[in-house]
Amino acid sequence: MLERALKGSPRYYGWIAFLLVVIGLGAAVWINQLMVGMKITGLSRDVSWGFYISQLTYLVGLAASGVMIVLPHYFHNYEKNKNMVIFGEFMAIAACVMCMLFVAVDVGQPSRMLNVVLHPTPNSILFWDMTVLCGYLFLNLLIGWTCLSRDRAHMKHPGWLKPFIYISIIWAFSIHTVTAFLYQGLPGRHYWLTAILAARFLASAFCSGPAILLLVMKATEKFTNFQMPKDAVKTLVKIIIYAMCVNMFFLALEFFTAFYSNMPGHMHSIVYLFAGEHGHTEMVPFMWAFLILATVCLILLIPPRWRENQKILPWALAMLIVATWLDKGLGLLIGGFNPNPFGTITPYWPTGKELMVSMMVYAIGALIVTVLFKIATDVKEELNEAQALPCGCSTDDECDCTAEKAEA
Amino acid sequence: MKNNRRTFIKIAGLAAAGLAVAPKATLASGGHSPVKVNKDSAHAKRWAMVIDTTKINTDEDFAPLIKACHSIHNVPDIPGNQNVKWIWTAPYEQAFPEQLNPHLDDTVKERRYALLCNHCDEPPCVRVCPTKATFKRPDGIVAMDYHRCIGCRYCMAGCPYGSRSFNWGEPREHLDLEALNPEFPTRMRGVVEKCNFCVERLAVGKMPACVDASNGAIVFGDLNDPDSSVRQVLRERFTIRRKPTAGTEPSVYYII
Ligand code: SF4
Ligand code: SF4
Ligand code: SF4
Repeated sequence: MLERALKGSPRYYGWIAFLLVVIGLGAAVWINQLMVGMKITGLSRDVSWGFYISQLTYLVGLAASGVMIVLPHYFHNYEKNKNMVIFGEFMAIAACVMCMLFVAVDVGQPSRMLNVVLHPTPNSILFWDMTVLCGYLFLNLLIGWTCLSRDRAHMKHPGWLKPFIYISIIWAFSIHTVTAFLYQGLPGRHYWLTAILAARFLASAFCSGPAILLLVMKATEKFTNFQMPKDAVKTLVKIIIYAMCVNMFFLALEFFTAFYSNMPGHMHSIVYLFAGEHGHTEMVPFMWAFLILATVCLILLIPPRWRENQKILPWALAMLIVATWLDKGLGLLIGGFNPNPFGTITPYWPTGKELMVSMMVYAIGALIVTVLFKIATDVKEELNEAQALPCGCSTDDECDCTAEKAEA
Repeated sequence: MKNNRRTFIKIAGLAAAGLAVAPKATLASGGHSPVKVNKDSAHAKRWAMVIDTTKINTDEDFAPLIKACHSIHNVPDIPGNQNVKWIWTAPYEQAFPEQLNPHLDDTVKERRYALLCNHCDEPPCVRVCPTKATFKRPDGIVAMDYHRCIGCRYCMAGCPYGSRSFNWGEPREHLDLEALNPEFPTRMRGVVEKCNFCVERLAVGKMPACVDASNGAIVFGDLNDPDSSVRQVLRERFTIRRKPTAGTEPSVYYII
């Protein structure tokens, strides 16, 4: 099937070439990091994890979120999602690979990475995080590839795959829970030391992940004949709204616990992030931007009239993605390290080089998504499933195009 | 042919191992190590340190201690917040942020406090390390294997005391190569480091360098021995430890 990735329009090749250039540039910076060390980052003694690890955290959510399409299909027999499942799985593959790459670029001695495998340390959550990520990558590769090959051959999905699919659904929850455990349970990091951190991670993943997937699918629709079934989109947007509401509710719980209890440790990080402390207000605009974007996107998404408007929807989803990224990608990490163990503030900001290396990882992810989605949409086209009709419907919709045309 | 060679290798290996182990087996810890343990080495069930902040509390007081520690351990002097430090000083509110009150005695507030790794009894840095590069020795010292460390910096996130430093760049660039201590290794970039309670000095029967340089203001000894000097001062004087609520049971005590 891979050969399908090789045949494409000039625009497809142009895009791939662009990604390769970005990867090349980022790789050059990464090699520089390998040569001179991580001093090229904005990290410091007090803020020892930064942009790389926050991207890992965010992307694990993207990997886990595919389950929001897979689960209704397999647990509730929701047929409308049938042609979306493969994209969720392929997205998860790209996300897992990006996560692992972000770990790889973040360690000071990448040549020793195997030590994690050679000296397995069950008491370290990092060990478990690597394990569950590898496992999830494997499961999605297996399921995605098998299903797509069978589809193409007009064959039924094999029965032996079922257990793997069910395992992968539960596994998806585990990858994000374990990533939350990476933070949760460290004494002295009050912003992370909260029992609902894993729940917050899942809630935020289940809104931001499907939102990213939907946007990528919308782009896919532009360049291919693929068309998402309308009902599948509607369901997914509803899931996104619920998850975002839960996400914001959980944040409110954190605020309540911190400020009603009046415990200094619990309040300090939140005060630093949202109001500034010791004259350090560098995070304040970002955190308020998060709150504002979150509110606006919910206002746009909750009324059915607006969320079903395909012009508004992408903007609302983009706002949601930025909002959750500011909260979980940026604020969570920096708020955990600041105030530092001495009660003082060490600001952190990623350097240009750090961003270049991150761009490289994202470009690799985009390349994987492009190639896998190209293969999947080609196969769907061949099978004439979920194809665009002239009126904007999908062949999966029960929509009579001719009638609508007559009306117009 | 193959068989012969294998047998030869086996016999040769056995012989070599035998030679290495046999005469020293009784001395070496565990009986397998070919390394000879210094018979003068200092032993304890649980090493601990008590710093008398009434006796030693200004930056001038601490300068020689810090210098002693950093020079014998080849700790680089890097400007900025990507620095490396094993022992340093801080004011009261940074050393004990949870035990602050607005009407604290001025003399206590104005003192400087020496901060170093606490060699915790329940060290979170050991709990989180994915490679066992950080480990706790039976004598309570939390030690590090720089060759094992992958530089993930999880231990830095885990330590509630900010006791660890990472080599963001090449540390040797910031060392006076003429004045290196050849008896202690320098580090490479990309690994974490911290105070090691001077294990290398204890192994030859010496006290930690900062203790030696403190003119008796820092007491070092076995916490599990009721007659040790450490236990004696802990009995007689009021002491506090950093961040007791973190539950890590630090081994560094401060007389206030
Ligand atoms: S002070 Fe920090 S680095 Fe030292 S043992 Fe305790 S937790 Fe580990
Ligand atoms: S940085 Fe090194 S010592 Fe620290 S947790 Fe990672 S591997 Fe262990
Ligand atoms: S005990 Fe040794 S390593 Fe630790 S601070 Fe003192 S001199 Fe330095």
